[in-house]
Amino acid sequence: MAKITMREAISQALMEEMDRDPKVFIMGEEVGVWGGTYAVTKGFYDKYGAMRVKDTPIAENAIIGGAIGAAMVGQRPVAELMTINFGFSAMDYIINQAPKLHYMFGGQFTLPLVIRAVGGGGRQLGATHSQTPDAIFAHFPGLKVVSPGTPEDAKGLLKSAIRSNDPVLFIEHATMYQVRGEVPEGEYTIPIGKSKVQRAGKDVTIVTYCKGLELSMKAADELAKQGIEVEVVDLRTLRPLDMEPIIESFKKTNRAVVVEEGWKSYGVGSEIVSRIYEEAFDYVDAPIIRVAQKEVPLPYNRTLEQAALPQVADIVAAVKEVLK
Amino acid sequence: MKKEQQLDLYYQMVLIRRLEERGAELYQAGKIGGFMHLYIGQEAVSTGLIAAREPRDRVITAYRDHGVALNCGISANEVMAELLGKATGMSKGKGGSMHMADTSKNMWGGHAIVGGHLPIASGFAIGDQYAGNDNITICMFGDGATNIGYFHEALNISKIWGLRVLWVCENNQYGMGTSVDRASAVTEIRQKAEGYGMKNGQVDGMDVTKVYEAAKEALEFVRKNAQPYLLEIDTYRFRGHSMGDPERYRKAEEVKKWQENDPIGIFNKQLLEKKITTAKVLDEIEARAEQEVVKAVEFAEASPEPAMSELFTDIYAD
Repeated sequence: MAKITMREAISQALMEEMDRDPKVFIMGEEVGVWGGTYAVTKGFYDKYGAMRVKDTPIAENAIIGGAIGAAMVGQRPVAELMTINFGFSAMDYIINQAPKLHYMFGGQFTLPLVIRAVGGGGRQLGATHSQTPDAIFAHFPGLKVVSPGTPEDAKGLLKSAIRSNDPVLFIEHATMYQVRGEVPEGEYTIPIGKSKVQRAGKDVTIVTYCKGLELSMKAADELAKQGIEVEVVDLRTLRPLDMEPIIESFKKTNRAVVVEEGWKSYGVGSEIVSRIYEEAFDYVDAPIIRVAQKEVPLPYNRTLEQAALPQVADIVAAVKEVLK
Repeated sequence: MKKEQQLDLYYQMVLIRRLEERGAELYQAGKIGGFMHLYIGQEAVSTGLIAAREPRDRVITAYRDHGVALNCGISANEVMAELLGKATGMSKGKGGSMHMADTSKNMWGGHAIVGGHLPIASGFAIGDQYAGNDNITICMFGDGATNIGYFHEALNISKIWGLRVLWVCENNQYGMGTSVDRASAVTEIRQKAEGYGMKNGQVDGMDVTKVYEAAKEALEFVRKNAQPYLLEIDTYRFRGHSMGDPERYRKAEEVKKWQENDPIGIFNKQLLEKKITTAKVLDEIEARAEQEVVKAVEFAEASPEPAMSELFTDIYAD
């Protein structure tokens, strides 16, 4: 096992898939000559050339609409949204076209398309550049929504996403590119639509994903010192949602906390909590608590921004609350 | 154009007219649901345009798509079945009037978000450019679609990347009920291509021969130069925007004036005046189209509803 960063993991996945399949190409703002705003595609332009690493105008409809069209006629584009917030400019394509076209035309063609998008707060970018709107996208049948929390998962899931014949929105977190983790040597993929227990425990189930995983693992360490063993289940894929490991864990612990970076109202946590109540009501020993972002546009000021985002201390407090 | 091809185009235009007239009746009878937009009056546009393409050229259009589907070689049976939402439609009854497609005929839909299919058309051309072929994507849209951002993003990228797209604006003078001069900064849509340094042209859309010739020339330019081209085709829809249109925005005299330029009537007259054929032959062609529509309705009515399991199929390919 090699220890690499999230950035390296994503970069390796892209490169391996481009080497494996000539139909795979990249398009987006500053992905080529610049090397990617987050340096994920650094060196790609020199290696693969302008036809396979396409610098686009700042025109999200042309990028995502173009990727959809290219996918419909048999290519496997990986389109990059510099930030997921810019995806709102191309909302028609992400939620109203890509997830519908296969179904609406009776399966006449497929859409083997990946949209890589960088989301998340915590970098003092102000309200329009810092959102975690994952739940919006996960609302739509026909789209697959993936958001990994470790380098191992990022690499394996991105490779699966590129090989998938369906449109996949692959959400990365802006503050996690330097996160390091063990990654298997050589070729591997991780299936889309499988949640995973990232840490075993018997007292409380934490359900989370992406940045929430990083925070929850820290909270779990802290709680372990106090004798509380939490089990952390990582969604990894928001749609299609795999509830099995969550329900299995909950039947053991009977208590749960759901952690997400997005807003609490109508969020990922709302869905998870409902599903636990629907599928395991007899096992509930305490009300399930959601830890999420405060219901405000994210401010620029660092102190205020951090106060709005979920913190390790919030998770620790929530776990203790459900244990009362 | 050879005589046989001209007669075939005449047949196609009459077939579209008759199929839609019957479709309107079935809509009124409640057998066709949703929105339905008739092409009546505009038949010469897609008939002349599609006749000029190579079979490998892709066609994508907006929601006024029944005629385009027929011109691309989709059978009247399948079009009618899709209108009736039957399992035998091209999209198994899941697309309906606004979403007619058969990719085996290189007809890629039928798209109902105004302007939304233009960047997808660029995408087809990106895919073909990447594959290294010289297929052309023919993207049809109305004048109303040229005022939305999609249009501009798509035209721009097609020019800077040298994409083989023939942009075809069917200027039927109205975006729903808003006339071009009330919605667009320039009423001559081709001028918008100038802003992108894009070659462009304009043609009378009531004359199928002129459309065919203009399309041939434009397609040749696109194929040869690996550059997009915008062709404005001026036309007029004789019916309302959709089936539920009170038509408060235009006067009956205006419609009547355009109807004197009926594209089928014009072509009929040309064929007779140039002595290409006889009235008897044209009557026979009309009867054949009529018969085809009768058969299509029978086929569609007799076809089964989609199985309930279709509800959950084709959401994902994997």
